[in-house]
Amino acid sequence: MTVNDLCGILSAQKVNIADGNRQITCGYAGDLLSFVMGRAPSDSAWFTVMTNVNVCAVATLADVSCVVICEGSQPMPGFKEKAAEQGINVILTDDDIYTAIKKAVNEGQI
Amino acid sequence: MQDCVHLEYRVDGQNFVSAGSATESVKTFLKGMGVNPQDVRRVAIAMYEGEINMVIHANGGYAYADIYVDKCIITLVDTGKGIKDIDLALQPGYSTASDEVRALGFGAGMGLPNMKKYADECIIESEVGKGTKVTLVTRFD
Ligand SMILES: Nc1ncnc2c1ncn2[C@@H]1O[C@H](COP(=O)(O)OP(=O)(O)O)[C@@H](O)[C@H]1O
Ligand SMILES: [Mg+2]
Repeated sequence: MTVNDLCGILSAQKVNIADGNRQITCGYAGDLLSFVMGRAPSDSAWFTVMTNVNVCAVATLADVSCVVICEGSQPMPGFKEKAAEQGINVILTDDDIYTAIKKAVNEGQI
Repeated sequence: MQDCVHLEYRVDGQNFVSAGSATESVKTFLKGMGVNPQDVRRVAIAMYEGEINMVIHANGGYAYADIYVDKCIITLVDTGKGIKDIDLALQPGYSTASDEVRALGFGAGMGLPNMKKYADECIIESEVGKGTKVTLVTRFD
């Protein structure tokens, strides 16, 4: 499944799309950045409610395919600029993390 | 080919916007050198944790990267408050981070454990009131 596919499945808003055709091969959910750093696989979709600029740094370093902001959580100041600068994919859905992942698994087969 | 490339960065204390930029720069450099992605990732994870620790716990410091063909040595040096009990600090979940910092997603107490896990060697030297030096060696596959 691509980032664009997941965006469609979740009826998500595009916060920043650097490469909508990037493949997503798995997923990771969590808000504690050290857990994400240590455990999120590369090429995964990272489901979180965190929206500060450090999310962008962690997404880049962990090399995830896409950040999925859940619960309609609004990006904090500077977030969009940093995401654009670092070329990371970020989408935003009103779904809670469980519901978003259920859809990604059922409809996106990750 | 050069035997060793030396990179230096100043890491600002309490600046959460620039936090991680030294690590991002080293990651970009290693990628450009053609180091395999798994090893680049290991260096990035361990160095980011060290960089963040200097931002959060030590009011900043310096990060150095010495990059060889077959390995990379990251050195993080600060003149912060130091670590009283290193064995305790290494326990997964142990953290003295403030609530403010936790609200940003830091303070899981997994930074030092991540460094130990992802670097081939992780040497922590610290003196209370003087500062901390962390050396991370990653050998390339
Ligand atoms: N550079 C440092 N200077 C002073 N104290 C540090 C430093 N790095 C780590 N520590 C201490 O070690 C503890 C554990 O570090 P870590 O595992 O990275 O967890 P966290 O950063 O989430 O608190 C920190 O809470 C802090 O008390
Ligand atoms: Mg830490």
